[in-house]
Amino acid sequence: MRRLLALAATMIALAAGPAAADWPVTTFTLDNGLEGVVIEDRRAPVATHMVFYRVGGADEPVGRSGLAHWLEHLMFKDADTAAEGGFSALVAANGGQDNAFTSPDVTAYFQRIASDRLGFVMGLEASRMRDLEVGEAEALTERDVILEERSQRVENDPSGRFGEQRTAAMYLNHPYGRPLIGWRHEIAQLRLADALAFHARHYGPDNAVLVVAGDVDPETVERLAREHYGDIPPIGAVPRERVAEPPHAAPRRVVYEDARVRQPYVIREFLAPTRRTEPERAAALEMLAAVLGDGLNARLQQALTVERELAVATGAWFSGSTRDYGEFAVYAAPQPGVSLDEIEAAMDEVLETFLASDGPSAEEMERVKTRWRASWIYSQDSQATLARRYGLGLAIGMTVEEIEAWPETLEAVTAEDVMEAARAVLRPETSVTGRLRSPEGVEG
Amino acid sequence: MSRRVAAAAALALALVLPPPAEAAADVQAIETPGGIEVWLVEASEIPMVALELRFGGGAAREPAELAGVTRMMAGLLDEGAGDLDAAAFEAAADGLALRFGASAGRDAVSVSARMLTGTLDESVELLRLALTDPRFDADAVERARARQLSSIRSAETDPGELASRAWRAALFPDDPYGRRLSGEAATVARIDRAALVAARERALDRGDLAVGIVGDVTPDEAAALVDRLLADLPETERDPLGPAEFAEARELEVVELDAPQAVARLVQEGIGRDDPDFFAAVVMEHVLGGGGFSSRLTQEVRVERGLTYSVSSFLGRWDRAAVLGAQVASDNARVAEAIAVIRDEWARMRETGVTEEELEDAKRYLTGAWPLAFDSNAKIASALAGFMSEGLPPDYLETRNALVEAVTLEDVNRVAARLLAPERLQVVVVGRPEGLEETADAAD
Repeated sequence: MRRLLALAATMIALAAGPAAADWPVTTFTLDNGLEGVVIEDRRAPVATHMVFYRVGGADEPVGRSGLAHWLEHLMFKDADTAAEGGFSALVAANGGQDNAFTSPDVTAYFQRIASDRLGFVMGLEASRMRDLEVGEAEALTERDVILEERSQRVENDPSGRFGEQRTAAMYLNHPYGRPLIGWRHEIAQLRLADALAFHARHYGPDNAVLVVAGDVDPETVERLAREHYGDIPPIGAVPRERVAEPPHAAPRRVVYEDARVRQPYVIREFLAPTRRTEPERAAALEMLAAVLGDGLNARLQQALTVERELAVATGAWFSGSTRDYGEFAVYAAPQPGVSLDEIEAAMDEVLETFLASDGPSAEEMERVKTRWRASWIYSQDSQATLARRYGLGLAIGMTVEEIEAWPETLEAVTAEDVMEAARAVLRPETSVTGRLRSPEGVEG
Repeated sequence: MSRRVAAAAALALALVLPPPAEAAADVQAIETPGGIEVWLVEASEIPMVALELRFGGGAAREPAELAGVTRMMAGLLDEGAGDLDAAAFEAAADGLALRFGASAGRDAVSVSARMLTGTLDESVELLRLALTDPRFDADAVERARARQLSSIRSAETDPGELASRAWRAALFPDDPYGRRLSGEAATVARIDRAALVAARERALDRGDLAVGIVGDVTPDEAAALVDRLLADLPETERDPLGPAEFAEARELEVVELDAPQAVARLVQEGIGRDDPDFFAAVVMEHVLGGGGFSSRLTQEVRVERGLTYSVSSFLGRWDRAAVLGAQVASDNARVAEAIAVIRDEWARMRETGVTEEELEDAKRYLTGAWPLAFDSNAKIASALAGFMSEGLPPDYLETRNALVEAVTLEDVNRVAARLLAPERLQVVVVGRPEGLEETADAAD
């Protein structure tokens, strides 16, 4: 009977609908404004505990790029835990793993630990939410660490440098154009007082989302949350207001040359809406990216690697899980002997042919939806993926209902929707076309 | 202030809690009617099956003049089989939501698959076709060759790749372990269809096979599935390859690369899984530079001196050799100091070992982190195949922590004195390191 049910559920899932096995999800809100989400995945006696703050790199004051990320590092140096060897040492000594990440929109801290130690990590996290105390010398040493991190991620990697230049060219006004890690000259001048002020202004229960996933029950999580986070006073967080992009009027081109480049490529990114701002359009762009560039049967792969052997790799992606603006991109890396001009022309031809057509065939729509359904079902196998899905969504201003409506929104996308989205978004004037190459000119 | 006292009290309490519960996975060892040993965990929460096959015929057995052929072969298994060319094969797999990939290691070729229970029979049939009758069509082979050559070219200026390659080549000059999995441009150019067919026959053989399955299947269903999948493969007794020989000489090697940050690796002989002191070495290595932020290397190189964003040690283990090493990335002007600190820590650990407190912290971390690594069906399946191929018992998931708990201070300090050899470290640095020769001389 169990098997039959599972089988029936699967068939339905593949033929028409979203996830076959959803873990129960519940929510609560404490009096001080802290929002909580509980995802029950009882397969192993472990829990993932995450706190997302509604603040990121795009909320930094002008001239202080890298501040949000530096603060993320400093949170591990809080005096409350310093005597015990530091935050991470305490988590580790209790058999847990911890880390954190910063994005332009959110800053998140997480631990994975035996589920019976959930209260312990909540106590630690609450302590550094309440207040932060870091010594000047330690803070400056950590600034050196971040300069090394910048060296590793950007200066030492031509693709990293190239991406930074493209992003700066994409945004004419919005702070998404600044590098998340910060410009080197601005990192070098960050002061501890800036970081502490940033913490006081943005880190509080009414500007945070708590996500607990794993072998837990919602009542216990809420009780523990009230116990550890419940008496932290709200900071009076106000909704974020960021400057908007003006209409883009000119296509931009970025050519970055670096002697270390051995595989040149061309990439074109378009400014796009997001899942938060325009969910239906975002869903259509998700499908458009798959039609154009996901798998050997996609348009770009067929044209550039199967019909003609021009590209080593090609594809398309849509990034729409950001708060204010998303990006849609197509890229192609040429085979030796094929110039960037040739590969870009071939890529353009695919886009032009597509835009002049009636849109994806019924078969293509079925192909991309089936691929997406499989990904969705398999994503249930990862606790961390689920926790991030809810935490990120809530922290950028979506509701739980909006987050959970995503599979249905994607299912509802028609071929016409994909074409409308393509025509609205694939406009040259909203694009940055980047070329990465070595100075000798691999183009020959 | 009182907050801090309260937090400290809570921490003190938490630290005396008992160790966390063990992973709940219940592993069944079954033998199929066809005589294949399978380790199975039944998990019915998600209507999926994760399957991991580990074939003990890796790149170490490929001819030197065809280096890279095993990797190319593995990448081509999902590019057409039976009557289906690459595009048709992908469409068929999409329709079933079958996700699979094969990867080549030095000792083994691994096949990982995720299938939905609703389409399990058809998925197994498609997978069987891929393993037993891959087409290696000329166009698919050329696409794969182009990708592999592109990655070889890119590795020429990738500091991490260059560093890995340099220490392997230095330590194993006369062994396949010293070669690259992707081969060289000249060897990859030589690979033809016959070479790919031979590589498949060498690797996909039941002679040295490990199978892990996790998912919504009964033991009978799992056995039938495995027999159907693998019945057509031969079972050949392979001649064992002898232990890999380490080079005697250890000389500082600088690989010139015009990049602002230098990447270094320091590597020496390690310790085998069958050594009685293996777990003592695991504990010792964790204290030295293992996972988490609390290791001595992270403390001394990153936290105290701000010389790097990432520094860590590693215990590497193949079938025929084991290594112990460290990695660090630091700006050219500071990498010499980072290397000197790592050498000092190597020597300090050898001379004075670890403290009782470090030992207990390490054990708590290692035992606590163990179940965290097995929180998805796919990860458990992969781990089971790995355990089986190393000759460990089916209940290793449950019993491993007791082996860690049994390690004493005396064990750790004995293995530190025996194993760590600062003068035996093969040091490779990629970049334009400054002041390194003097430092290296000073350490000798």
